[in-house]
Amino acid sequence: MNVLRFVLQNHDQVLQLTAEHLWLVGLSTLFATLVGIPMGIWIAHRPAYNKPVLAGANIIQTVPSLAMFGFLLPVPWLGERSERIAILALTLYALLPIIRNTYTGIRGVDPAVMEAGRGMGLTAWQLLMQVELPLAVSVILSGVRTAIVISVGLATIAAAVGAGGLGEFIFRGLAMVDNRVILAGAIPAALLALLADFGVGLLERRLQPR
Amino acid sequence: MPTDPTIPAIEFRNVSYQVAGTTVLHDFNLQVRTGEILVLLGRSGSGKTTTLKLINRLLSPSTGEIRVKGQLTSDVDLIHLRRRMGYVIQEIGLFPHFNVARNIGLVPRIEGWPEARIRARIGELLQITGLPLETAARYPHELSGGQRQRVGVARALAADPEILLMDEPFGALDPLTRDELQREFLALQKRLRKTVVFVTHDLHEAMRLGSRIGLMEAGKLVTLLDPQQFLRSNDPLVSAYVRAFGDRVDSTTTEGKS
Repeated sequence: MNVLRFVLQNHDQVLQLTAEHLWLVGLSTLFATLVGIPMGIWIAHRPAYNKPVLAGANIIQTVPSLAMFGFLLPVPWLGERSERIAILALTLYALLPIIRNTYTGIRGVDPAVMEAGRGMGLTAWQLLMQVELPLAVSVILSGVRTAIVISVGLATIAAAVGAGGLGEFIFRGLAMVDNRVILAGAIPAALLALLADFGVGLLERRLQPR
Repeated sequence: MPTDPTIPAIEFRNVSYQVAGTTVLHDFNLQVRTGEILVLLGRSGSGKTTTLKLINRLLSPSTGEIRVKGQLTSDVDLIHLRRRMGYVIQEIGLFPHFNVARNIGLVPRIEGWPEARIRARIGELLQITGLPLETAARYPHELSGGQRQRVGVARALAADPEILLMDEPFGALDPLTRDELQREFLALQKRLRKTVVFVTHDLHEAMRLGSRIGLMEAGKLVTLLDPQQFLRSNDPLVSAYVRAFGDRVDSTTTEGKS
């Protein structure tokens, strides 16, 4: 296997780029979760805002990724370091599945359960922490899972603005017309996506309410 | 706090409730006595559930005032008000991710009771609602409808509230189970002497459980009578309701009252 030989010969670089890739995906997913879950909760409780927020997240999703990286390039502080651009772009793309699933998960909680909780004198915070989030957690996590899988793929584009990651191999391979190099980037990226999917899937099942 | 018998447990004064341009309750007046089971009877959409939800402020009145033990509900802390009242609904609304013990112990726990006292209280409540002790570890989906509503009642009683609000609690049960739960509820009430506001559309249930029956129609209280008077009433709306249930209702239905 030519690809395998290439990977073994360049294992330092493969590891380095995989680590960069993970860094881009990990940090952007973290940011998207920190912003997306509260936004999802917020629009689930204030139905008037759900349409505009979801529409906004949807529109972001329709921007082609290469264009998105390009748009962000001239932005003052961001443009200085290409990882910043990559992380912001990936965060924006990851928002939609996280916001939408949080919204869906919380709206899916049985209204009778909510009414009983409210009638018993739970505060809004107690209802959220003890009832809504635990019951919505598996739906929310499946949104996070979708976001991660999308990000692992999209992060390969980050190499186009010089943010590193496994996309480096892919772009280099394309330029050199060398399939080995392309695959040396594509295969680890695909494995990362599968691994992340499986890992969050496990977590999802463990946290699933009965 | 000693209860002043002259102050009604719950009082509605000229209460109206409008939502989206529709008047659901119109100039509603009612006094609920301490320790009685006041049944609000009426067809769907007559405003019974709205009345109940106004008491624990799941809804707020458009005009008029509601007092609980003489105190305006709008002046009391909302959370505190609700924790003093048990709330039981037809859909029960048990927390599906909590086992029975956690469902029952939730309010005592957030009220900060010591763990030992909570555990003792759960055992006591299982016993008085006729549930075997091993039910404590079960989850709601593992229980029958009747058992679930027993847990619903136990949960409402957990922090020993003075008032119980019950919205067709036995409405979704099969006739035998309903009969059983009604009977046990009466026996329980004899011991506990809570102030109960009980909503139903079932005349038999009203006759059986109520110390007084308030018939509601189109957001108004038509009459408020004890069960015997209710059957003999000449009010056209009351007799229409009684007729709708056929001739099966007679004085023997009103068992178990002291």
